[in-house]
Parts: sequence; structure tokens; C-alpha cells
Amino acid sequence: MKPITTFSGKAVALPIDNVDTDQIIPASYLKITDKSGVADGLFQAWRYLPDGSPNPDFPLNRPEALGATLLVAGHNFGCGSSREHAPWALQGYGFRAVIAPAFADIFRNNALKIGLLPVVIDAESYHELLSHLAEDPHTTLSIDLPNQLLTMPGGRLVSFPIDAFARHCLVHGVDQLGFLQQQEADILTFEATNPVTVYTIR
Amino acid sequence: MSNPKTLFDKVWDAHIVRPETPDTPAVLYIDLHLIHEVTSPQAFSELRQRGLPVRRPERTLATMDHSTPTTPRNALGVIPVIDPQAINQLDQLRKNCADFGITLFELGSLNQGIVHVIGPEQGLTQPGMTIVCGDSHTSTHGAFGALAFGIGTSEVGHVLATQCLLQYRPKTCAVRVSGKLQAGVTAKDIILAIIAKYGVGGGTGHVFEYMGEAIRSLSMEERMTICNMSIEGGARAGMVAPDETTFQYVAGRPYAPQGAAFAEAVERWRSLPSDDGARFDKEMSLDAGSLAPMITYGTNPGMGIPIDAPIPTPEQLPDSASRQALDKAMVYMGLEPGKPLLGHKVDLVFIGSCTNSRINDLRQAASFFRGRKVADGVRVMVVPGSQRVKKQAEEEGLDAIFKAAGAEWREAGCSACLGMNDDKVPAGKYAVSTSNRNFEGRQGPGARTMLASPLTAAAAAVTGRITDPRTMLDER
Repeated sequence: MKPITTFSGKAVALPIDNVDTDQIIPASYLKITDKSGVADGLFQAWRYLPDGSPNPDFPLNRPEALGATLLVAGHNFGCGSSREHAPWALQGYGFRAVIAPAFADIFRNNALKIGLLPVVIDAESYHELLSHLAEDPHTTLSIDLPNQLLTMPGGRLVSFPIDAFARHCLVHGVDQLGFLQQQEADILTFEATNPVTVYTIR
Repeated sequence: MSNPKTLFDKVWDAHIVRPETPDTPAVLYIDLHLIHEVTSPQAFSELRQRGLPVRRPERTLATMDHSTPTTPRNALGVIPVIDPQAINQLDQLRKNCADFGITLFELGSLNQGIVHVIGPEQGLTQPGMTIVCGDSHTSTHGAFGALAFGIGTSEVGHVLATQCLLQYRPKTCAVRVSGKLQAGVTAKDIILAIIAKYGVGGGTGHVFEYMGEAIRSLSMEERMTICNMSIEGGARAGMVAPDETTFQYVAGRPYAPQGAAFAEAVERWRSLPSDDGARFDKEMSLDAGSLAPMITYGTNPGMGIPIDAPIPTPEQLPDSASRQALDKAMVYMGLEPGKPLLGHKVDLVFIGSCTNSRINDLRQAASFFRGRKVADGVRVMVVPGSQRVKKQAEEEGLDAIFKAAGAEWREAGCSACLGMNDDKVPAGKYAVSTSNRNFEGRQGPGARTMLASPLTAAAAAVTGRITDPRTMLDER
């Protein structure tokens, strides 16, 4: 994975709480066996009208949102299913980070695995961001991952939490599976000292 | 006791390969990895790219459930798959299982079914285990006192390659359910009420442990219904301490320990329940004795009410975000705040899914349908959770009751729960569903889902209206 350090981008707001993974990517897009085309289904029911044309009222479709790479979203973003297709779709569409007051656990985990940054900010900063974006839809924000800082439109710095290991992996391009493979000796020791409780092969 | 531990603590501690450090998460060993066609193909591609084998195929089991049709078998006894994407996904799973040496329960075979139904039914799910699957309803298996949770496809790859996951220790939450359920009120109503009370994000960062008199008196199937929807309350996992009910359920199942090994396992399992004085990070509670059947009116599982209550009004809600969510949900659902749901028209009834498709769910629904007919204009789909559940139901004559009432009796699978196969709710139609999610479009684009128990679903099927099942229990 390419290292992620600091980046800036245009932000778009989707100020809805509890956006679930079925809204992010409906199940009809889960029949793929790779990651191709998954971004086409991002927010499908909200992004398109029944005739398949773009819904002009949906925030991502507004002309000023074109090229946005940061999504500002509501509380408990990504609740529901464990489908990694949800962060794949957001990343495939061009988003590099989602900024929200809280994320659902599995979504946050999945996003960190692929380098889509889940940036948790306090409720006050969230509402401040929403008013900035309402006033100036061309607002850009910058994110400094090594220092865990989000620069607000007025220049105020907001720090965000992220687990140390995920940050290290993203900043240095470290492969988590590679790290797990390096634990082989400990895994072998564990297996040698713990009884096998289930055997699926007959 | 010097250091009392919770059930979660005991299972977690027993699976630590390498402890958490300030710089790294814990390496957690996974006893059982369940896979299915939807969230595994990209993980196998990753293994192939890296030239890695599956480390423990004997701790891995595959089934087909999400994209599979549930339409009746053809003259050759085969369940026909028509969707080319589903065919491709199922073929990929067959190839991956063959190439990597993984046991696969093939579509239509006696062992096949919804991943969270077959694990317990085969005796693969046992107390004290760590179990993962690329599916958020893996929390179901926690009913046995296992630590079971859903993972994404990257993590499916991690487990295939190393049998381990990188995890930070979650917090614990005791969910105390007191009292005794009244007639017509079920386990489904308990979990819908918990989520309505604490919200869809109430359990974020926590593992639930359900406890109390009401939980103890439930069957394993009912405990699975509750643990299944832990994720709908935001908790990745939900657990119930194992007891005699658990041991009796596991005994004699195909993959469970047998004979002396089973007796030894039970001794081990008896040490799992939380110690007296064990501390939880959070507490929740519910009085099951005063519970009415629950039903959802909105577009997340926390938007639930007692069936005889009106839909909330904006004034009753605490903040602008929830008022906005109510507005949006009312538009999508075509409902009005303050109005009762009782008597509302129903177009489709779905009895199935990993929440409510086990034999006792079908028995309960069948007891309601016996001697009654599905109302005119209502489509009723009854979808057993597995081929074994289907077989048992047919041996008990339940299929005959459903068919005589005018309901469809279908093959096993996830079916109309998630709008991924051919079983969908048409746009704008109202469905009473025993599944777990009422998200916009979940059961098909524009589908209007109301989540409820199998009894409430059966009552809706017979009357064609949202009906309190308690009012029809004494009619016969």
C-alpha cells in the first residue's frame, strides 16, 4: 500500500446520522469477485433517480462537489453489514477520508485496512464544518496523519484519534498481513499448547 | 476470587497469541472461520497473488447462502441458478475451496444453509471458541458463549493465511434482561426492544453479554435470535454464558466432540460463565415481563415500538438529528408520525433469515397458520435457514401447514433478507419481515420493511394488516 502522510482536498457534506452500508453500497453490487465497478454503486439509491440519471439534489452530484476527496458524514457512519465493498466503493469514487463524529466498528476497521481514513471529530467541530460547507461549498481541508491533525477552514487544528498501529502501517506503507505472518513462531507455540476444538475436514 | 473475569475476558484471554502492546494490537487466534461466496473471493485472490496457502483448512468451512436462489428444485432435483453473476460467484467459491482444500457445503446438499444456521446445527459452534466470518451477523454464534464477530474481506484474507487477527480488546457491556415473557412475546421482541431503547450505535466498541432470568429461560434458537442482532445495536459481538441448555443443544451434533471428549469439553465449558463480581464497562437493562410484541416503523432497527403504540412524533424525540431521521424515514416508509401501525396494510410477509429461520421459528409460525389462510393479496415466503431445518420441518409436517395456508415453502438461503438474490420486496410495498435490517432498499429498491417476530409476521399474513398476535392466540 502507498504510504499516506498529509493531504488536502475538497470536502462534501452528507449530514445524515446512521448511514448504513446498504446505502453506501447496495447488495446488488456485492456479486462481483474483484473490486471492479463497485464505485458505480456508491450511494446508488440516493445518487440516481429511478430512470438512472443523476439526482441533482444529492450532495455528491452538485457541480461544486465535483472532485471532492473528503466526505463529511453524520454519527455512526457505516453501521450494518461487514461488507468491505463499502470502503472500496468510497475509495473507488475518489474519497481519501471520511470525517464523522463516530463510525461503526466494522466499517472503521475495514476502512483502515485499505487506507480510507476514518477521521473522528467532536460534535462541535462537526457542526462547525457543516456550517462552513454550507457557506462555501468549495471548502478544502487538510489532514496530517502522522500528527493526527485536521485543519479546519479557519486554520484551527483539530486532533483526531487513530490507533497507533494502523497509523504506523498507513504512514509507512506497512502491510498488516505481512506483520501477522512475522508472528509465525508465536502462532506455532499457541497451536502446540492449545487443543484443537473443531476439525472441519472429514 | 481475586480477579473476577467476564465470559468475554475468559474467551479473549484464552486466544491471545501475542498480547497487545502500546504499538501493536493483540494477535488473536481464531478457532473457526466460516466463509461464503460473497465476501471471500477477493481474499482468495490476495492469497494467490502472494503465493500463500490457507494455513488451517481444517478450521475453515464454506457454504453458499447469500446470492443463491431459494426457488423450488427442478425435475432433476437441482436448485436452478439463473443470475450469471451469482453463477460466477458460486463457481469461484467451488474453485477456491477445491484449490485450497476447504470443506464446502454445496448448494442444495443436505448440509447447506445460511452460514449462521449451519455452524450451530453442525456442532461446529461450541462454547469458548473464537469464530469469525465475513458477515456482521456472525454475532449469532455468541449464543453458545463463543466470541464471534463479523470481519471484512481484508481480514478474511488474514485469517485464511494466518488463522489470526489483529485486534484491540473491546469493552464489555452487561445487558440484563429480567422478568418472564408473556404469551405472544418472543426473543425477537426482546432484542428489538433493547435496540429501540439504546439505539443502533449504543453498543459501539463493546461486546454485549446478555444475562438475567429472561435469557436463562430461552432455548438456544431464541438466544441465537438475540445475539444475531447485537450488531444492530452497534456491538460487534453478543454472548450468552453456556449452561445445560447449551450443552444439550451441542451434544451429538456431527462436528461436536463425542463421548468422553464431549464430557471433558462440558467440564471446560462450565468454567466459562462470568465470575461473581466481574466488572463490565457498561450496563443496559430491560424488563421482559412488561414487553409487548415489537415492530419497526422506520429505516433502522432502532426505530421500533410496541405493536400497539403509535409511531413517535417529532416532539417526542430528543434532538434535531433524530427528528430529521424520523422525517426522512416517514417519507421513505409512507407513514405518518403519531399514527398507529396496527391495522396498516401489508403486501408481503417474509419468514426466514439468520435471525428467525430455525426449526422453533418455523414451528411457532406454523402453529399460528394451522387452520388459517393467508389473506387475499398477501404474498408469504417461508424460507428455512438450512436444508436440515427444511428436512426436519417437512418431517414434522410444517411445510404442509404453510402450503395449506397459502404460503410459499422455499429452499434454504438468505433469501429476501438482503435483496441480493431473486427474492425481493417490490418498490413501495410493505413487508413484515422476521429478518434483521429495515434499511432503505435492504429488501429491494424502494422496499418498505417492518421488522417483527415470526408470530407477528404470521398474524400479519393471516389478516393482511399489522396485527397484535396476542389478540389471536385464544381464538382456537
